[in-house]
Amino acid sequence: MINLDIDVAVIGAGPAGLAAAISARENGSKDVLVIDRNSWLGGILPQCIHDGFGVEELGTSLTGPEYSEMYIENAQKLGIDFLAKTMVLELKKNLEIIAINNKGLYKINAKSIVLAMGCREKTRWNVMIPGDRPSGIYTAGVAQGFINLYNIMVGKNVVILGSGDVGLIVARRLKFEGANVLGVVEILPYAGGLPRNVVQCLDDYDIPLYLNHTVTYIKGRERLESVTISQVDENKNPVSGTDKEIKCDTLLLSLGLIPENELSKQIDIELDGLTGGPVVNQSFETTVSGIFACGNCLQVYDTVDILSIGAKHAGKYAAKYASGKNMISNCFVNVIAGKEVRYVIPQMISKPGKILFNLRVENPKNSAVLYIFSGDYEVFKKKLPWAYPSNMIEIEVNITEDIIKSDNDLEVTIDDR
Amino acid sequence: MTDEKEITCIICPISCKISVKLDGKNFEVTSGSKCIKGVEYARAEALDPKRMLTSSVLVNKGDWPLLSVKSSEPIPKNKLFHVLKEIKDAKIDAPVKLGQTVIKNVANTKINIIATKSIKRI
Repeated sequence: MINLDIDVAVIGAGPAGLAAAISARENGSKDVLVIDRNSWLGGILPQCIHDGFGVEELGTSLTGPEYSEMYIENAQKLGIDFLAKTMVLELKKNLEIIAINNKGLYKINAKSIVLAMGCREKTRWNVMIPGDRPSGIYTAGVAQGFINLYNIMVGKNVVILGSGDVGLIVARRLKFEGANVLGVVEILPYAGGLPRNVVQCLDDYDIPLYLNHTVTYIKGRERLESVTISQVDENKNPVSGTDKEIKCDTLLLSLGLIPENELSKQIDIELDGLTGGPVVNQSFETTVSGIFACGNCLQVYDTVDILSIGAKHAGKYAAKYASGKNMISNCFVNVIAGKEVRYVIPQMISKPGKILFNLRVENPKNSAVLYIFSGDYEVFKKKLPWAYPSNMIEIEVNITEDIIKSDNDLEVTIDDR
Repeated sequence: MTDEKEITCIICPISCKISVKLDGKNFEVTSGSKCIKGVEYARAEALDPKRMLTSSVLVNKGDWPLLSVKSSEPIPKNKLFHVLKEIKDAKIDAPVKLGQTVIKNVANTKINIIATKSIKRI
């Protein structure tokens, strides 16, 4: 057993882990260690070869590999240690990590821990598509990795289910590599991805977008032979008589992402059913003292920019915790996602001050008003020119000690204007 | 000759459908834009549409088989597939440093193709 004593341990070397580690180091932690199961650093970024990363954070548009190399270089300059090809097996409440790699078993004693495990893609079995089980069905991210990292083409005639940004970007990539993209199928009445990607990945190449449609049957003995798509009604149920069979050899699934929290579950970190990630306070601290969460294992972010900014906060608070500047407070207020709000982070607030809230709306709106109430008292009100589920809303609100001490939950709601 | 087009604005998620009229170099928004940024976007999109291009180039003796690349500036839309053809035919020897020029004056556009990743030689 190899024993290591460190200040801050970060699990995951993707953009969130890198940003958190850099921030912990910059905020005074001497020994910062990042652990990742992959052989490379940067997580998913090296396969995201398109540009648009860093626009909000740095004011310049980088590709995924450029963005990740910038962070890795920064981390290495700061003397942050990395354990790649290393799997975390066990997380303990006393801030001990058991990990393994080809050198042996590690016992890592940390003064604080940052969770940055990222997320996973939903699969066919998350949406239960009926039919055969042939080869030729991939999640969009897996296909993107094959094409952009390993030079493996996934197919010739491709249908994509789900119009999130990953699906749209992969549609264009396939077109560039000579594939025939037969269409993108979306169950909702609107595209999941950014308008920029709908225009520049689909419209530019005349790739059809089937809104209010879904895949209702998969056919194929060895390799995929066809998929059947059907129109859906307002309850997302297929409408009979609208079936259309599309001959294809490949189906890509871009169905959304699920925060990865197998380790969090080991020690009963409370998870939020709405975000799929840990419940955190204003310092990104989970319900287990000294363990912080950031990145896509906390909530699925829209852009890496906003993710990195959040992760830097988590890293800063982890460094403070490691230095013994404890923020323990028994008094806290719960933050509730009210009417028309899908989720809100943080889920609890234990310290007064300017608090950064992240939230998503339930339905698209072309004008709306956002409220935060403590009982009958209106804490915050903001008019929004538009509000879309695919755009996370960030607001900063001053939360006073009185609000935290009151018996009322803080409720965030959205109203029509 | 007058040409009419509908352009989907990408500046914000409202995604205005902007109708424009083109007559040679004369450009006019006939309907649809909610803000001035939208008008500017529609003008560029109607008169001279360009796109940043990213793709990958085959690598000899690298620790990865592919090098991710980008265009040094946005490429006129009608040249995209000419550029992609040259990128597909290219091959580069490792090591490669991020920022290195991989193809100069690609498809006679005066635009270069640049490495967006560092690759070690094995």
